[in-house]
Amino acid sequence: MVSRGISGKESMEIFLFYSLATTLLTFAVLTVTARNPVRSAVYLVSTLLAVAGLFFLLQAEFVGAAQILVYVGGIMVLFLFVILLVNVERAEKERTSSRQWKTGLALGIVLVIELGYLLSRGSSIFGETPVRELIEGRSQNTESVGELLYTQYMLPFEIASVLLLVAIVGAVVLAKKKMQNRA
Amino acid sequence: MIETTHYLILGALLFSIGVVGVLTRRNILIIFMSIELMLNAVNLNLVAFSDRLQGLDGQVFAIFVITIAVAEAAVGLGIVIALFRNQETINIDTLDQMKW
Repeated sequence: MVSRGISGKESMEIFLFYSLATTLLTFAVLTVTARNPVRSAVYLVSTLLAVAGLFFLLQAEFVGAAQILVYVGGIMVLFLFVILLVNVERAEKERTSSRQWKTGLALGIVLVIELGYLLSRGSSIFGETPVRELIEGRSQNTESVGELLYTQYMLPFEIASVLLLVAIVGAVVLAKKKMQNRA
Repeated sequence: MIETTHYLILGALLFSIGVVGVLTRRNILIIFMSIELMLNAVNLNLVAFSDRLQGLDGQVFAIFVITIAVAEAAVGLGIVIALFRNQETINIDTLDQMKW
Protein backbone atom coordinates (compact mmCIF):
# COMPACT_ATOMS: atom_id res chain seq x y z
CA MET A 1 0.00 0.00 0.00
CA VAL A 2 2.92 2.35 0.69
CA SER A 3 4.13 3.32 -2.75
CA ARG A 4 4.88 6.33 -4.93
CA GLY A 5 5.46 8.88 -2.25
CA ILE A 6 2.52 7.95 -0.03
CA SER A 7 3.93 7.81 3.44
CA GLY A 8 2.82 5.34 6.08
CA LYS A 9 0.97 8.05 7.95
CA GLU A 10 -1.04 9.05 4.90
CA SER A 11 -1.93 5.49 3.99
CA MET A 12 -3.08 5.02 7.58
CA GLU A 13 -5.27 8.11 7.21
CA ILE A 14 -6.75 6.79 3.96
CA PHE A 15 -7.42 3.40 5.53
CA LEU A 16 -9.07 4.99 8.57
CA PHE A 17 -11.18 7.29 6.42
CA TYR A 18 -12.55 4.54 4.24
CA SER A 19 -13.21 2.12 7.08
CA LEU A 20 -14.97 4.84 9.09
CA ALA A 21 -16.95 5.95 6.04
CA THR A 22 -18.08 2.37 5.33
CA THR A 23 -19.10 1.86 8.96
CA LEU A 24 -20.91 5.19 8.96
CA LEU A 25 -22.96 4.54 5.84
CA THR A 26 -23.75 0.92 6.78
CA PHE A 27 -25.04 1.82 10.22
CA ALA A 28 -26.89 4.89 8.90
CA VAL A 29 -28.81 2.68 6.45
CA LEU A 30 -29.46 0.15 9.23
CA THR A 31 -30.75 2.97 11.49
CA VAL A 32 -33.28 4.02 8.90
CA THR A 33 -34.37 0.49 7.94
CA ALA A 34 -34.47 -1.31 11.30
CA ARG A 35 -37.91 -2.52 12.39
CA ASN A 36 -37.33 -2.26 16.11
CA PRO A 37 -36.70 1.31 17.41
CA VAL A 38 -34.31 0.01 20.08
CA ARG A 39 -32.14 -1.58 17.40
CA SER A 40 -32.40 1.61 15.40
CA ALA A 41 -31.10 3.58 18.39
CA VAL A 42 -28.17 1.20 18.88
CA TYR A 43 -27.25 1.46 15.19
CA LEU A 44 -27.47 5.25 15.50
CA VAL A 45 -24.98 5.10 18.38
CA SER A 46 -22.52 3.31 16.08
CA THR A 47 -23.14 5.90 13.36
CA LEU A 48 -22.47 8.76 15.77
CA LEU A 49 -19.28 7.10 17.00
CA ALA A 50 -18.07 6.76 13.40
CA VAL A 51 -18.77 10.48 12.86
CA ALA A 52 -16.77 11.23 16.02
CA GLY A 53 -13.92 9.15 14.58
CA LEU A 54 -14.02 11.24 11.40
CA PHE A 55 -13.86 14.39 13.56
CA PHE A 56 -10.71 13.04 15.22
CA LEU A 57 -9.30 12.31 11.77
CA LEU A 58 -9.96 15.94 10.81
CA GLN A 59 -8.03 17.11 13.91
CA ALA A 60 -11.18 18.40 15.58
CA GLU A 61 -10.61 16.71 18.92
CA PHE A 62 -12.93 18.90 20.96
CA VAL A 63 -15.90 18.50 18.61
CA GLY A 64 -15.26 14.75 18.50
CA ALA A 65 -15.21 14.50 22.28
CA ALA A 66 -18.33 16.67 22.54
CA GLN A 67 -19.99 14.41 19.97
CA ILE A 68 -19.30 11.31 22.05
CA LEU A 69 -20.25 12.91 25.38
CA VAL A 70 -23.34 14.80 24.27
CA TYR A 71 -24.75 12.59 21.53
CA VAL A 72 -23.83 9.10 22.61
CA GLY A 73 -23.90 9.79 26.34
CA GLY A 74 -26.81 12.21 26.46
CA ILE A 75 -29.19 12.22 23.53
CA MET A 76 -29.12 8.50 22.85
CA VAL A 77 -29.79 7.61 26.50
CA LEU A 78 -32.75 10.01 26.36
CA PHE A 79 -33.92 8.31 23.17
CA LEU A 80 -33.71 4.86 24.74
CA PHE A 81 -35.66 6.05 27.80
CA VAL A 82 -38.45 7.39 25.59
CA ILE A 83 -38.46 4.25 23.41
CA LEU A 84 -38.91 2.15 26.53
CA LEU A 85 -41.63 4.50 27.84
CA VAL A 86 -43.77 4.26 24.72
CA ASN A 87 -44.31 0.54 24.26
CA VAL A 88 -42.56 -0.92 21.26
CA GLU A 89 -43.97 -4.45 21.38
CA ARG A 90 -47.13 -3.49 19.57
CA ALA A 91 -45.47 -1.13 17.15
CA GLU A 92 -43.07 -3.82 15.98
CA LYS A 93 -45.82 -5.97 14.51
CA GLU A 94 -47.25 -3.18 12.41
CA ARG A 95 -46.15 -1.93 9.04
CA THR A 96 -43.03 0.21 9.45
CA SER A 97 -43.11 2.44 6.39
CA SER A 98 -45.53 5.31 6.08
CA ARG A 99 -48.19 5.63 3.39
CA GLN A 100 -46.11 7.92 1.22
CA TRP A 101 -42.92 5.81 1.31
CA LYS A 102 -42.66 5.50 -2.47
CA THR A 103 -42.76 9.27 -2.94
CA GLY A 104 -40.29 9.67 -0.10
CA LEU A 105 -37.84 7.21 -1.60
CA ALA A 106 -38.14 8.86 -5.03
CA LEU A 107 -37.48 12.27 -3.47
CA GLY A 108 -34.44 10.83 -1.68
CA ILE A 109 -33.03 9.49 -4.94
CA VAL A 110 -33.66 12.87 -6.61
CA LEU A 111 -31.79 14.53 -3.72
CA VAL A 112 -28.81 12.17 -4.13
CA ILE A 113 -28.66 12.93 -7.87
CA GLU A 114 -28.94 16.65 -7.22
CA LEU A 115 -26.21 16.70 -4.56
CA GLY A 116 -24.01 14.48 -6.72
CA TYR A 117 -24.42 16.86 -9.64
CA LEU A 118 -23.62 19.89 -7.50
CA LEU A 119 -20.56 18.20 -5.99
CA SER A 120 -19.29 17.12 -9.40
CA ARG A 121 -19.71 20.69 -10.66
CA GLY A 122 -17.92 22.14 -7.65
CA SER A 123 -15.27 19.49 -7.13
CA SER A 124 -12.75 21.45 -9.21
CA ILE A 125 -12.75 24.08 -6.46
CA PHE A 126 -12.32 21.57 -3.66
CA GLY A 127 -10.26 19.14 -5.70
CA GLU A 128 -6.75 20.04 -4.75
CA THR A 129 -5.37 18.65 -1.54
CA PRO A 130 -5.64 21.07 1.37
CA VAL A 131 -2.40 22.34 2.79
CA ARG A 132 -2.37 21.18 6.36
CA GLU A 133 0.16 23.13 8.31
CA LEU A 134 0.98 21.48 11.56
CA ILE A 135 1.57 24.67 13.47
CA GLU A 136 1.94 24.62 17.22
CA GLY A 137 -1.48 26.12 17.93
CA ARG A 138 -3.27 23.34 16.10
CA SER A 139 -2.21 20.75 18.59
CA GLN A 140 -4.14 22.52 21.37
CA ASN A 141 -7.48 22.22 19.67
CA THR A 142 -9.61 22.45 22.81
CA GLU A 143 -7.78 25.55 23.99
CA SER A 144 -8.18 27.32 20.65
CA VAL A 145 -11.86 26.44 20.33
CA GLY A 146 -12.51 27.60 23.89
CA GLU A 147 -10.71 30.87 23.28
CA LEU A 148 -12.78 31.46 20.14
CA LEU A 149 -16.00 30.63 22.01
CA TYR A 150 -15.26 33.15 24.75
CA THR A 151 -14.07 35.99 22.51
CA GLN A 152 -15.46 36.13 18.99
CA TYR A 153 -18.52 33.93 19.58
CA MET A 154 -19.40 35.22 23.04
CA LEU A 155 -22.94 36.39 22.20
CA PRO A 156 -23.98 33.22 20.33
CA PHE A 157 -22.54 31.19 23.21
CA GLU A 158 -24.70 33.04 25.74
CA ILE A 159 -27.77 32.76 23.51
CA ALA A 160 -27.12 29.00 23.25
CA SER A 161 -27.10 28.73 27.05
CA VAL A 162 -30.42 30.61 27.27
CA LEU A 163 -31.81 28.32 24.58
CA LEU A 164 -30.77 25.26 26.58
CA LEU A 165 -32.48 26.66 29.68
CA VAL A 166 -35.67 27.26 27.70
CA ALA A 167 -35.45 23.74 26.26
CA ILE A 168 -35.04 22.19 29.73
CA VAL A 169 -38.07 24.05 31.11
CA GLY A 170 -40.07 23.34 27.96
CA ALA A 171 -39.30 19.63 28.02
CA VAL A 172 -40.32 19.36 31.68
CA VAL A 173 -43.57 21.27 31.08
CA LEU A 174 -44.40 19.15 28.02
CA ALA A 175 -43.69 15.79 29.61
CA LYS A 176 -45.29 16.63 32.97
CA LYS A 177 -48.59 14.99 33.88
CA LYS A 178 -51.52 17.37 34.01
CA MET A 179 -52.86 18.09 37.48
CA GLN A 180 -56.62 17.97 37.18
CA ASN A 181 -57.58 18.68 40.77
CA ARG A 182 -55.56 21.83 41.23
CA ALA A 183 -56.23 25.21 39.70
CA MET B 1 -4.29 13.16 2.55
CA ILE B 2 -8.04 12.78 2.10
CA GLU B 3 -9.52 15.44 -0.15
CA THR B 4 -12.31 17.66 1.14
CA THR B 5 -14.57 16.41 -1.66
CA HIS B 6 -14.58 12.93 -0.14
CA TYR B 7 -15.91 14.30 3.14
CA LEU B 8 -18.50 16.33 1.23
CA ILE B 9 -19.68 13.25 -0.68
CA LEU B 10 -19.90 11.32 2.59
CA GLY B 11 -21.87 14.17 4.17
CA ALA B 12 -24.22 14.33 1.17
CA LEU B 13 -24.89 10.58 1.35
CA LEU B 14 -25.49 10.71 5.09
CA PHE B 15 -27.87 13.64 4.66
CA SER B 16 -29.78 11.80 1.93
CA ILE B 17 -30.13 8.70 4.13
CA GLY B 18 -31.57 10.96 6.83
CA VAL B 19 -34.02 12.55 4.37
CA VAL B 20 -35.20 9.13 3.18
CA GLY B 21 -35.63 8.09 6.82
CA VAL B 22 -37.77 11.13 7.60
CA LEU B 23 -39.92 10.67 4.51
CA THR B 24 -40.45 6.92 4.58
CA ARG B 25 -40.68 5.81 8.21
CA ARG B 26 -43.81 5.68 10.29
CA ASN B 27 -42.43 5.66 13.80
CA ILE B 28 -41.94 9.22 15.04
CA LEU B 29 -38.89 8.20 17.12
CA ILE B 30 -37.07 6.86 14.06
CA ILE B 31 -37.94 10.10 12.26
CA PHE B 32 -36.23 11.95 15.12
CA MET B 33 -33.17 9.73 14.76
CA SER B 34 -33.09 10.49 11.03
CA ILE B 35 -33.08 14.21 11.85
CA GLU B 36 -30.05 13.57 14.08
CA LEU B 37 -28.39 11.83 11.10
CA MET B 38 -28.95 14.93 8.97
CA LEU B 39 -27.55 17.24 11.66
CA ASN B 40 -24.48 15.01 11.83
CA ALA B 41 -24.03 15.24 8.07
CA VAL B 42 -24.03 19.03 8.37
CA ASN B 43 -21.52 18.85 11.22
CA LEU B 44 -19.26 16.64 9.12
CA ASN B 45 -19.28 19.23 6.33
CA LEU B 46 -18.58 22.08 8.77
CA VAL B 47 -15.62 20.31 10.33
CA ALA B 48 -14.29 19.24 6.92
CA PHE B 49 -14.32 22.86 5.75
CA SER B 50 -12.77 23.96 9.02
CA ASP B 51 -9.92 21.56 8.32
CA ARG B 52 -9.59 22.75 4.76
CA LEU B 53 -9.60 26.47 5.52
CA GLN B 54 -7.34 26.01 8.55
CA GLY B 55 -9.72 27.99 10.75
CA LEU B 56 -11.61 26.92 13.83
CA ASP B 57 -14.86 28.73 13.03
CA GLY B 58 -16.37 25.63 11.46
CA GLN B 59 -15.73 23.66 14.63
CA VAL B 60 -17.37 26.37 16.75
CA PHE B 61 -20.40 26.20 14.45
CA ALA B 62 -20.45 22.42 14.83
CA ILE B 63 -20.59 22.87 18.61
CA PHE B 64 -23.56 25.21 18.20
CA VAL B 65 -25.25 22.64 15.96
CA ILE B 66 -24.75 20.00 18.67
CA THR B 67 -26.30 22.40 21.21
CA ILE B 68 -29.33 22.94 18.99
CA ALA B 69 -29.61 19.18 18.49
CA VAL B 70 -29.72 18.65 22.25
CA ALA B 71 -32.45 21.26 22.70
CA GLU B 72 -34.40 19.82 19.79
CA ALA B 73 -34.14 16.27 21.11
CA ALA B 74 -35.25 17.27 24.62
CA VAL B 75 -38.28 19.25 23.45
CA GLY B 76 -39.12 16.77 20.70
CA LEU B 77 -39.04 13.76 23.02
CA GLY B 78 -41.16 15.71 25.51
CA ILE B 79 -43.70 16.24 22.75
CA VAL B 80 -43.57 12.52 21.88
CA ILE B 81 -44.30 11.59 25.50
CA ALA B 82 -47.21 14.06 25.68
CA LEU B 83 -48.48 12.77 22.33
CA PHE B 84 -48.31 9.15 23.45
CA ARG B 85 -50.14 9.99 26.68
CA ASN B 86 -52.98 11.67 24.78
CA GLN B 87 -53.22 9.55 21.63
CA GLU B 88 -51.79 6.15 22.67
CA THR B 89 -49.81 5.97 19.45
CA ILE B 90 -46.57 7.20 17.92
CA ASN B 91 -47.54 6.39 14.34
CA ILE B 92 -47.51 9.44 12.15
CA ASP B 93 -50.10 7.91 9.82
CA THR B 94 -52.71 7.90 12.58
CA LEU B 95 -51.72 11.31 13.96
CA ASP B 96 -53.58 13.33 11.34
CA GLN B 97 -55.99 15.32 13.50
CA MET B 98 -54.59 18.61 12.25
CA LYS B 99 -55.27 17.67 8.64
CA TRP B 100 -58.41 19.12 7.06
